Amino acid sequence: MTRPIAILIALALLIAAPFAIYPVFLMKILCFALFACAFNLILGYGGLLSFGHAAFFGGAAYVTGHALTVWGLPTELGILAGTVAAGAFGAVVGQLAIRRQGIYFAMITLALAQMAYFFFVSADFTGGENGLQGVPRGYALGLFDLTDNLAMYYFVLIVFLTGFAVIARTVHSPFGQVLRAIRDNEDRAVSLGYDVERAKLLAFTLSATIAGLAGATKTVVFQLASLTDVNWHMSGEVVLMTLLGGVGTLIGPAFGAGVIISLQNLLASGPLSAWVPVVMGAIFVLCVLAFRRGIVGEFAAMMRRSF
Amino acid sequence: MLAELLGFPPQVLFGQLLLGLINGAFYAVLSLGLAVIFGLLNIVNFAHGALYMLGAFASYFLLVVLGIGYWGALILAPVMVGSAGILIERFLLRRLSGIDHLYGLLLTFGLAIVIEGLFVKLYGASGIPYPTPEALKGGVNLGFMFLPWYRGWVVVAALAVCLFTWWLFERTRIGAYLRAGTENPRLLQAFGVNVPLLTTLAYGYGVALAGFAGVLAAPITQVNPLMGSNLIIVVFAVVVIGGMGSIMGAVVTGIAMGVIEGLTKVFWPEASATVIFAVMAVVLILRPAGLFGRTA
Repeated sequence: MTRPIAILIALALLIAAPFAIYPVFLMKILCFALFACAFNLILGYGGLLSFGHAAFFGGAAYVTGHALTVWGLPTELGILAGTVAAGAFGAVVGQLAIRRQGIYFAMITLALAQMAYFFFVSADFTGGENGLQGVPRGYALGLFDLTDNLAMYYFVLIVFLTGFAVIARTVHSPFGQVLRAIRDNEDRAVSLGYDVERAKLLAFTLSATIAGLAGATKTVVFQLASLTDVNWHMSGEVVLMTLLGGVGTLIGPAFGAGVIISLQNLLASGPLSAWVPVVMGAIFVLCVLAFRRGIVGEFAAMMRRSF
Repeated sequence: MLAELLGFPPQVLFGQLLLGLINGAFYAVLSLGLAVIFGLLNIVNFAHGALYMLGAFASYFLLVVLGIGYWGALILAPVMVGSAGILIERFLLRRLSGIDHLYGLLLTFGLAIVIEGLFVKLYGASGIPYPTPEALKGGVNLGFMFLPWYRGWVVVAALAVCLFTWWLFERTRIGAYLRAGTENPRLLQAFGVNVPLLTTLAYGYGVALAGFAGVLAAPITQVNPLMGSNLIIVVFAVVVIGGMGSIMGAVVTGIAMGVIEGLTKVFWPEASATVIFAVMAVVLILRPAGLFGRTA
């Protein structure tokens, strides 16, 4: 009973939000929330720590930026192009990375993402240090003018909800159960006859695809794709968001993204702006040492204790 | 001569070869430190690049504040960085023993961000020059190339430290304990060896190696808060290629990757930044456990 009600309240809040809070800020949170949820799909449910997800987020951002600016595609197709490209790249990276486990998996994804970073630094179409600027927002379905921030917000909200629904459906499907089985005991999953490699690859590719969707949408919102999006610091940031919100909880990473983006906004305007990396790193260390369940994880544990 | 046959002046070829050898020496020392730490703690030390940077800054502080020059720094800076590492292990990493090793990676990642952020805030992102020691200024003309003394020294010193580490691990009692701790820490503890202390020392030693590399790098790359930031990712790729199973494996892979990178700069400059990652991909396809890896 309570679950549908909670979902309805959340939806109502999301629909009303842009009338109370600056829409661009909300859109940024939604894009990063989707990115973090996509990342959590393989860390929280597959137990695979990818340190290269910025490559999918930022790679899709570049492809979409290029598709909208140079090819002049409609907005939806531009986002689709970025998303598909991220998925394809995810399949390649996943194919290589799943050959090793644990710490090696993290190092391999990081190294391959760094390779992608160097590609984007030197490629002609990415605009080098400047990135792709002035990407047109265009029209949704050819009807709604997305230069209007409110229209853009609802467009981003629909993208977020679609991506989130795919993740939720995956997690609650039999395939999601297999993923958790692999996370908890890979050898046992193998002995039960599951094709572990295939499941991992599928999850990784899906995660990369949705991370790409988030990056592509971000490009449309900010009309910008830059090296920041593909840098390894971005990969670290999404790990932090997920960890802070709650690894392996469905909605936790979205909360984590909200907190981190708000904090960055808050610090950036104050006297502490130069200290942002230090503060982020310190939160990271604190989370690992004393707050491993994250916001939503702690909350859920508290609820369990009190009932 | 071969180089002339290929259409490159020998100075270019050997110059890049030397640069590759130097980079390879750094890769070797850094990946060796990672391997030592991995052996006992089972974590990959993401802060390795930041601690390498700390080594360079330590030698800079020693010079500016205490007036201690390069040769003193070569001994003192690794001791300082190693001590910092011992504190990190004792007060932070030890709290994570017994849970998923990925948290160790995440903790050291956070530490790296904090340390680098702090130094960028205090010293800016541009480098501070560090003088080449007087005795190693200038160089010698070998006929086919010009060899600066300092560059030659870096390769020799790095190899000497690698050899020392090999001797320490393979030929001494404490090395035997360390190897036993890698194999089976519980059994070693049951024999009355203080494994937690051994673990702390291993982390301190691995980190001191990074500090040592930082001192060696200071006169070449300048003292820069971000000097270890991208380097560590290349070293990770080197570690994946070689596997963390053996000391000699780490050293050989490190040097070889540096040389391959240097040669790529001659023949295909655009690819030189990514060639090590490409080699990693090929190794993963052909031999997933790494060249010197023991298990898959």
